[in-house]
Amino acid sequence: MDIFLQQLINGLTLGSVYAIVALGYTMVYGIIQLINFAHGEVVMVGAMVALTVIGALAKAVPGMPPFLIMGIAVACAVPVCMAVGYGMERIAYRPLRRAPRLAPLITAIGISIILQHLALLIFSRNPLSFPQILGNRMFEVAGAHISAVQIAIILGSVALMTGLTLLVYKTRLGIAMRATSENVQVAGLMGVNINRVISATFVIGAALGAIAGVMVGTYYGIAHYTMGAMLGLKAFSAAVLGGIGNLAGAMLGGILLGIVEALGAGYIGEFTDLCQVSWLAAGPLAERCADGGNFVLFGSNYQDVFAFFVLIIVLIFRPSGLLGERVSDRA
Amino acid sequence: MALLEVKGLEVGYGGISAVRGIDLAVEEGELVALIGANGAGKTTTLKALAGMVPPSRGSVHYDGQSITRLPSYQLIRKGIALVPEGRGVFTRLTVEENLAMGAYIRDDRAGIRADLERIFGLFPRLKERRAQVAGTLSGGEQQMLAIGRAMMSRPRLLLLDEPSMGLAPLMVQKIFEVIDAISKDGVTILLVEQNAKLALQAAARGYVMESGEIVLADAADVLLASTQVRQAYLGE
Ligand SMILES: Nc1ncnc2c1ncn2[C@@H]1O[C@H](COP(=O)(O)OP(=O)(O)O)[C@@H](O)[C@H]1O
Ligand SMILES: [Mg+2]
Repeated sequence: MDIFLQQLINGLTLGSVYAIVALGYTMVYGIIQLINFAHGEVVMVGAMVALTVIGALAKAVPGMPPFLIMGIAVACAVPVCMAVGYGMERIAYRPLRRAPRLAPLITAIGISIILQHLALLIFSRNPLSFPQILGNRMFEVAGAHISAVQIAIILGSVALMTGLTLLVYKTRLGIAMRATSENVQVAGLMGVNINRVISATFVIGAALGAIAGVMVGTYYGIAHYTMGAMLGLKAFSAAVLGGIGNLAGAMLGGILLGIVEALGAGYIGEFTDLCQVSWLAAGPLAERCADGGNFVLFGSNYQDVFAFFVLIIVLIFRPSGLLGERVSDRA
Repeated sequence: MALLEVKGLEVGYGGISAVRGIDLAVEEGELVALIGANGAGKTTTLKALAGMVPPSRGSVHYDGQSITRLPSYQLIRKGIALVPEGRGVFTRLTVEENLAMGAYIRDDRAGIRADLERIFGLFPRLKERRAQVAGTLSGGEQQMLAIGRAMMSRPRLLLLDEPSMGLAPLMVQKIFEVIDAISKDGVTILLVEQNAKLALQAAARGYVMESGEIVLADAADVLLASTQVRQAYLGE
């Protein structure tokens, strides 16, 4: 099996999900310069709702076609998450619109914790298995495997990204969103009801988050009330990597991060295997390295570190992210 | 009753008052100039009229209705458009998208398209650059865009804040020709300018503002002839 191609496929899958989640962070930041740390929890809520609906339907209506079940699950998760996104803006962030920046940031962390614990109470403190109803057909491509679920995630993400781009660049709402993100006061002069645009931004981001939640749940086969935290942090990193506030940046950052992470996980063991260093293998580590043994410094469980490592490196050289504008442009 | 009637308007920024109880009125169809030195409170006055800053006291009546504390997004629907100081074009949007934002409150597609062509007729430069992002335009072109954008809302009352600021003489002349044309079309205009001479030549009446108060109000030619104005604002 070709490890490189295989990890590329896995990374692309993961990266597609990061990209979809990163869009939620970047859209909100673009409009109100708020880092909505609770966005990861919206993804978790999406996964939990979908999991519940799938479980219930599979039990209640035996023989229901899996695609229909998935469709209904998404159709339930999306509006629930939209309501959560709308609610958090309305209740928690709007009253703080004129407060110092630190206040909404702390509030965002608070909302994260509240959502996590609500999920803990409603669902479970234990990891829940995400019903695998789609089956998982595998296809072979040049020595690597790609599953039907992976294909669905990648294609689904492409469709969502295309849809969002069209919305933002071609529709009246989208133009108003871009105008608002550049100059709130002048957008108001044009007749844009800023509160509505901000609500719409949260709601759209949350809808994307809901679908991402269904995707990760299906991909990993598991859901947990804390799942949004790490996922959110990585997607946020992806948004920053691409240039926060920039849509294309979030997409690029997400996909790059997924790929780097997967390749990193695939190769780090090999690269940090001290038995590859001949003088070590011949000398001090001879015993461990005999008969194809290894002495791996960092195993693939360091996967999560990669995202942040890449983020730090990129930010050292390009503080505004890959596609971000120079910081001075954003006063 | 005048189209715009302002009584005892006071506006402050966190306790510091910038406009200290001014009265002014603009009749339907009139072109009125509001002049004064830098820091006199002209911009603050226009911002209050356009709903960008809330007045702390006083009243604003428009077309017989009180609009004192309405936000901008509602005032534009009543026909009050502001071309802000420094133009405020959306630099990351294209020229066409900026103009589309001007027509944000409208949904009569055919009318919007016709107005777009009219603006392009008035400012051929904008037509040439319709697909360019506005950030790449020169200062004069951005001012044309800002005025064109405001016209796209089909305003009844147009508030202009220093449209000649930072422009080359030729461009200033062009902008004032356009203001004149808009005025002749029947749009009521309140024009804020530091270039007092040009403003008073274009206007029928004028107000002179100093330290947040209106110190003179008269017909434009009377103001142009007054020694006080000549000394303070015309540099004579
Ligand atoms: N955003 C603001 N915050 C605090 N003070 C302001 C603000 N904008 C204007 N001012 C003050 O209000 C006064 C009037 O300013 P402004 O209305 O801009 O005058 P003008 O347009 O006539 O030059 C000035 O003293 C100015 O310093
Ligand atoms: Mg001013």
